[in-house]
Amino acid sequence: MPEHAPTAAATGQEAAAGETGLLPQTVENRNPGMALDLDWVMRATANRSAIERRAASLPGRRSVKKDYQAAWLARAISCIDLTTLAGDDTVGRVQRLCAKARQPVRADILEALGLPGLTVGAVCVYHDMIAPAVAALAGSGIPVAAVSTGFPAGLSPFHLRVAEIGESVAAGAAEIDIVISRRHVLSGNWQALYDEMCAFRAACGAAHVKAILATGELGTLQNVARASLVCMMAGADFIKTSTGKEPVNATLPVTLVMLRAIRDYHEATGIRVGYKPAGGISKAKDAVTYLALIKDELGDRWLRPDLFRFGASSLLGDIERQLEHHVTGAYSAGWRHAMS
Amino acid sequence: MGVSEIFESMAYGPAPESAADALAWLVDQGSRFGHFIDGEMTAPGDEFESRNPATGEVLALVSQATQGDVDAAVAAARRAQGQWAKLGGPGRARFLYALARLLQKHSRLFAVLETLDNGKPIRESRDIDIPLAQRHFYYHAGMAQLMETELPGREALGVCGQIIPWNFPLLMLAWKVAPALAMGNTVVLKPAEYTSLTALLFADICRQAGLPKGVVNIVTGDGAVGEMIVGAPVDKIAFTGSTEVGRRIRTATAGTGKALTLELGGKSPYIVFEDADLDSAIEGLVDAIWFNQGQVCCAGSRLLVQEGIAERFYAKLRVRMDGLRIGDPLDKCIDVGAIVDPVQLERIRGLVGGNTEGETYQAATPCPEGCFYPPTLITGLSPASALMQEEIFGPVLVATTFRTPSEAVEIANNTRYGLAATLWSENINVALDVAPRLMAGVVWINGTNMFDASAPFGGVRESGFGREGGWDGLLAYTRAGKTAQPVKPLTPFAGAEAEPQPVDRTAKLYIGGKQARPDGGYARNVYDKAGRLIGQAPLANRKDLRNAVEAARGAVAWGGSTAHLRAQILYYLGENLSARSEEFARSIDRMTGARDGAKEVGAAVNRLFTYAAWADKFEGRVTQVPLRGVAMALREPCGVIGALCPDSAPLLGLVSLLGPALAMGNRVVLVASEAFPLIAADLYQVIETSDVPAGVVNLLTGSHAELAPTLATHMDIEAVWSFSSSDVSAEIERGAAGTLKRTWVNHGMARDWSGADGEGRAFLDAATEVKTVWVPYGA
Repeated sequence: MPEHAPTAAATGQEAAAGETGLLPQTVENRNPGMALDLDWVMRATANRSAIERRAASLPGRRSVKKDYQAAWLARAISCIDLTTLAGDDTVGRVQRLCAKARQPVRADILEALGLPGLTVGAVCVYHDMIAPAVAALAGSGIPVAAVSTGFPAGLSPFHLRVAEIGESVAAGAAEIDIVISRRHVLSGNWQALYDEMCAFRAACGAAHVKAILATGELGTLQNVARASLVCMMAGADFIKTSTGKEPVNATLPVTLVMLRAIRDYHEATGIRVGYKPAGGISKAKDAVTYLALIKDELGDRWLRPDLFRFGASSLLGDIERQLEHHVTGAYSAGWRHAMS
Repeated sequence: MGVSEIFESMAYGPAPESAADALAWLVDQGSRFGHFIDGEMTAPGDEFESRNPATGEVLALVSQATQGDVDAAVAAARRAQGQWAKLGGPGRARFLYALARLLQKHSRLFAVLETLDNGKPIRESRDIDIPLAQRHFYYHAGMAQLMETELPGREALGVCGQIIPWNFPLLMLAWKVAPALAMGNTVVLKPAEYTSLTALLFADICRQAGLPKGVVNIVTGDGAVGEMIVGAPVDKIAFTGSTEVGRRIRTATAGTGKALTLELGGKSPYIVFEDADLDSAIEGLVDAIWFNQGQVCCAGSRLLVQEGIAERFYAKLRVRMDGLRIGDPLDKCIDVGAIVDPVQLERIRGLVGGNTEGETYQAATPCPEGCFYPPTLITGLSPASALMQEEIFGPVLVATTFRTPSEAVEIANNTRYGLAATLWSENINVALDVAPRLMAGVVWINGTNMFDASAPFGGVRESGFGREGGWDGLLAYTRAGKTAQPVKPLTPFAGAEAEPQPVDRTAKLYIGGKQARPDGGYARNVYDKAGRLIGQAPLANRKDLRNAVEAARGAVAWGGSTAHLRAQILYYLGENLSARSEEFARSIDRMTGARDGAKEVGAAVNRLFTYAAWADKFEGRVTQVPLRGVAMALREPCGVIGALCPDSAPLLGLVSLLGPALAMGNRVVLVASEAFPLIAADLYQVIETSDVPAGVVNLLTGSHAELAPTLATHMDIEAVWSFSSSDVSAEIERGAAGTLKRTWVNHGMARDWSGADGEGRAFLDAATEVKTVWVPYGA
């Protein structure tokens, strides 16, 4: 892989350093992107069978127990984008969610763990819910993320998709989860994908942008690998698996492919891009497996909310029960934990 | 460290699997073990310690078997065998099924005990060793069930002596015991002295399953006990272990008539082409050379990387190595456990320490004190480096580069071994072209160290012979149920006078497509039954044999020719022989003094047609491995086969060997009937006119006894067959020990060349090697 010096000029973005510190957890330079390197994109391969074997054997290779398990689960909570993306969302519903984001686990349990201030990583909502969410989270330091660009299908007029980003940023969203045009990937039009992503990134301004690849609709792992690279080249701060609305959402094999793309991009540019699996992760044990995969493939640095998020709604409930079990030694029940 | 600190460090903590139940089982057994003979545990005898290599703690005391113990075990197995075979396949299937079920019910106990005894990570014993052992018993329960209908005419060998290594103690037991029992054999098994405990637990399982006493016998001890088993009156020896010991066993069993299969060492290539999924290929290396601390006979231990990607690949690999976790094998979060014994650790240290070439990188990951060795990569070696040739049997990967697919094949095959090979490429053309060209019994494409009961496993060259698993593996535990008579020694007719012939005919040797005079310049007078001179047959010496092998080696294209072409040539050979059948019949009658020459020629023509028919019909199999992909058990030619032809039936006997060998793509060096050598001169004229490429068939005449040792020890021959009436079987098997080539000898027993016994699958099996090519796939 060629060495790519990160150049702001390549995508016309602002200098990365100036944006540092926007989010409470942010310490990394933002990804300024680079020129589209089609040689590199086309070289990317992903051997599905081998990747699936690695993914299948991982839970048997990595295990954390007792205090370690509790700490890892707490870390998972700190990386959750607590999400509601339903047609029947209301201000009240979003306020409840935000309250849960501030106090994701019962105070006595957090006290026992020695992690009294633990919150989730962000709250993720549709555009119209940004304002109530920002209000509900005021002073908490928890950012609001908004899905955008005609989420989930991304098939509304392009100028409206770009405009939607601007509106959401103006409404107070610190993070924008965009959806890519799957048809660009499926038809091999990498230039179009790159241009689209560059436009979205530019529209985000200071807000961080997560590129949702909708991997369940990309057909092959090789496409996932290539789309990941193109979106990173176009300046994505995060790459994200799914909208949660595809028939297949986050999986370990897809994760492995995207993590390896992130690693290659870091090797080549020195830039760390974040990763967000979304949809289908609902068990504490799965969360630990994801964290282990990230630790092993990318390293500890990525185990922080500025570089890793779970897009999940029901995961938190399972983790809460596990943590109460850790503290009390007795298996817990759902009704003992506050709902969102 | 408290939760809040770990929250920041995100370290993996200890995740120990409890040893309590396994240790309690040992205590329940008194922590001392005798042998399992005739369904009972004997009282402990002369004891030695079985230690946990990770801690050095003594786990139990195990007994060193005496000659008396081995005799008792073999006698018990012998007593039990008749009834066991008579029980019938379905009856035996019930017991094998019970064993499989019991292995499953006690799976964690077996896994923990294996890890305690061997030092391998619990992840491996729990997720790989024990499940594969269960699968082997299930699979072979099915083979027992189907034996009578699917293997008609096959019967048990009898009592099998089985000697297994310490790297996969229970799994190797399963590989040996399950097929043997399924086919109606009884066994005397010796686990390695470092790792006897799961075999002893298996003995307990045999009792729980109600297995008839004497069917399975387990004796423990060191190599001396192994030698006793090899020397015992058993019908077969199956050995998995080092090439050095395999060679000793080959020598010791030479001429005894004991069936033998050897699964020995390796230095298996791991080839990464530039278009491979590099990250997956690196993950594959973790499973290739850091699986079981690299103590794996088929470990991908020789990394060959295409030049253009080598530096990048090595860099990625070093990073991956740093992420490996070494330590307590019972920890569920450990990748690399303990080396089996300090003796092995010293051996690894010695080999790596003695190397002065290339660049050595050791994983930057904590390595505990004690019997542990860090994952190691040595790059920049050349094929000439000692470490590229010697099996290290530890977590040490050696690497070199190549430029083209052909060069990769050349480097890969530049080894004494031939057990397994791995190749990574996203290009189906490259992968499927290279796989058949690799000298190995198993080839993994885009994967590594995949095993299954249905997929044959075994090696070529000094990695041994015989296959374990699948239908092919059953050949090693059955025989054709026939009783053979001793072969009558045939001595040439004598004569006194040299009566001149009307026109002198000069019989020569046939080497490399040319008639050649013998190097020594000697010939022997050949007489008919009445003592009349009928010609002179050249006496080939060792140099003629050398030349013939060289010619055969050169005719390499034959192996790659299409089966259709080989069939055409065999048909043509038959056609041309048929055209001269009267002349051949007369000639044979004159040589043998009998009157069935015409019949023999007819049978020979028919035999050539039979093998012409077989040429494109002896197919491999696609095995039912539990994987999205295929594992193909291909039938490949052995290479160069040297054979001493039967003395009786000079034409039919020779054709019976030539036919299958050629049909399957081998080149041959045949020594014609010693009693009736002039048949060679008749036959090469037919061969010359039948489009057989030069060097594919080489015909010699001369003394079988004199040529046998040269044939047996020649290092460039893949297999030696002998159906001579000379007493050379022992000599050939002994001589073959040098390079561990396959042998097929008659042990002084006759074969009816004119009947069904003279042709068929046994010949095709002998003329081929099974190569299992694993091709996992996924779009």
